[in-house]
Amino acid sequence: MAQSGVQKDVRRSEGYWRANVKVQVSLLIVWGIVGLVLAVLLAEPLNNVVIGGFPLGFWIAQQGAIFVFVVLIFIYARRMDRVDEEYDVHEEGLGSARKRVQTSGRKSSSAEGGDR
Amino acid sequence: MELTTIQAWAVFFAFLTFALYITIAIRTRVNTTAGFYVAEQGIPPVANGAAIAADWMSAASFISMAGLISFLGFDGAIYLIGWTGGYVLLALLLAPYLRKFGKYTVPDFVGDRYSEAARTVAVVAAVFVSFTYVAGQMRGVGIVFSRFVGVSITAGVIIGMAVVLFYAVIGGMKGITWTQVAQYTVLIVAYLIPAWAIAGTVADIPVPQISFGTIARELDGLQQDFGLNEYTAPFTNRPMQDVFLVALTLMIGTAGLPHIIVRFYTTPSVRAARYSAGWALLFIAILYTTAPAVAVFAKTNLLNDIAGQQYSARPDWVRNWEATGLMVFDDTNNNGVIDSITPDATTTPGEMTVSPDIIVLANPEIAGLPAPVVGLVAAGGLAAALSTASGLLLVIGSAIGHDLYYKRFRPEATEKQRLMAGRLAIAGAVLVAGYFGVRPPGFVGQVVAFAFGLAAASFFPIIVLGIFWKRTNAHGAMAGVITGLSFTALYMWATLYGGMEPWFDISPEGIGTIGAIINFVVTYFVSKATAPPPAEVQALIEEVRHPRLGDAQTIRLPEQEAERVGGPRATN
Repeated sequence: MAQSGVQKDVRRSEGYWRANVKVQVSLLIVWGIVGLVLAVLLAEPLNNVVIGGFPLGFWIAQQGAIFVFVVLIFIYARRMDRVDEEYDVHEEGLGSARKRVQTSGRKSSSAEGGDR
Repeated sequence: MELTTIQAWAVFFAFLTFALYITIAIRTRVNTTAGFYVAEQGIPPVANGAAIAADWMSAASFISMAGLISFLGFDGAIYLIGWTGGYVLLALLLAPYLRKFGKYTVPDFVGDRYSEAARTVAVVAAVFVSFTYVAGQMRGVGIVFSRFVGVSITAGVIIGMAVVLFYAVIGGMKGITWTQVAQYTVLIVAYLIPAWAIAGTVADIPVPQISFGTIARELDGLQQDFGLNEYTAPFTNRPMQDVFLVALTLMIGTAGLPHIIVRFYTTPSVRAARYSAGWALLFIAILYTTAPAVAVFAKTNLLNDIAGQQYSARPDWVRNWEATGLMVFDDTNNNGVIDSITPDATTTPGEMTVSPDIIVLANPEIAGLPAPVVGLVAAGGLAAALSTASGLLLVIGSAIGHDLYYKRFRPEATEKQRLMAGRLAIAGAVLVAGYFGVRPPGFVGQVVAFAFGLAAASFFPIIVLGIFWKRTNAHGAMAGVITGLSFTALYMWATLYGGMEPWFDISPEGIGTIGAIINFVVTYFVSKATAPPPAEVQALIEEVRHPRLGDAQTIRLPEQEAERVGGPRATN
């Protein structure tokens, strides 16, 4: 019984880590495209487009990329909240995350409970 | 001493803000090492975000950055995307795991993950990077005092030292954190008020971020009239591959700076560490998206006011700054007209030398804003310099008091002795930093610019691999750091002093990315060729990767873990 519990934990822990890396890779691709490809490598052609008074390449390099970076970190934090709950490794007693656990995380935690 | 109106306002704001910082320090004083080094891990994400922002934005960000950008045009984006993009790497690849690790310092992680030798190397590197940085901050405090209050730079440094000494020694990380929250508020208000006021005078919409596009395109024409490159055209100062590599080096280097990483140790949870990275970058972005607008407004005003004008008819603000030696006119063709402008006459020829440092400081005067606003800018510059200095001093103090004294030499030390060691180490660091502020060693100015490349080539790869690839071992990490660091340092030295032609036009500031790649590759192959790390290290990685996983059992005993996570906060 204990043996199967440990194995289950190992499996779940690997699944959690894969999900975590998946979130990171997708966000880092956006980070690279905006922060390096659009802001630097494609800046010259993009500068021929003018939006809101700004040459587009210049705007991305000096404004747009920064906004995207901020949004990326908040998306990461939100998506990891969900992944943490899904794999039941979320921290307890930390405000709003707790509430969602009760509804969405119920199934997986009761399955674990039966193990003990 | 007779004070001018501006000086009186500067003294008033400096006094008011210093009183605030000291009050906060007294109210947040600590008696435990957990409070002293990681603020009892009780800092909420928004407050931690503000503290990180203040910690990060130094005298250089506040005073110099807009000026640098105004002379670089488009290419100034290296600082903007480089110093903000790094937070994405930090938030995704480092912050949550180092928070879960939950010890006090960056060398702690390196030591536990790899070896005691690696810990010592990390201590030396952390202290070296922090000292080169902090000397510039103390100097910044001295310069702001001397310009706005009229005392000597030395007196200014000593006043700054006294304030930092007081709040860092009694409050430790907790005192520093809450003071930084206040300092962020002061510096952002001081930055935004003049920026919005100037935007209101030059454009229809007083929001700098929106209105500077049109002005930037006017500036394109103005610059061309004056024989300069188009402002918004890319790669006029640096070739594309160099802009790419410098930006990437600054990103990777930012993620490897110890005084920023340790701030994530102070949050109550892994989840809070993730959100505090977001808040930090949001707070930083408020200044970093305003700075390029300030750069455009200031450059436009500067060109309109002096370019091609008779020197004898120059405006009053030019005369004021000439008195400080930061604007110098050298009429090389003796025609009495200001024919060209340069940020530094030793590297680029030009008749009117304008130090980039005055762009932010002189902006309110150029735009004719009232004296209280100018005084407020002085308080903002002091807040930026002091907040960064205190964060760096804590890193130095903890490296010596915790990693060296306690971990390496006196593991039997009592809590009381450890706390005293931490306080003494910080006090000592303040004195050394103050000395460097009064007598800056020649290498400091250059080293700060390259610190990012060195941080990128050394710590970032082995910390990231240490978390994401279990197979990384101590041999691999040591070999990676040594090759990555020596390659980067040698290239910098050879191109700066050895007369070597840069490869593919890659500047010494941009080489850190290549050093980091070398570090990654060497660490990988040496780790592969040697034995895997011991089981307890693999268990540590497993633990660090999961927000709630203490040992093999706790993953199935949530209530026990809740007690542990909730424990330290209950004492707060």
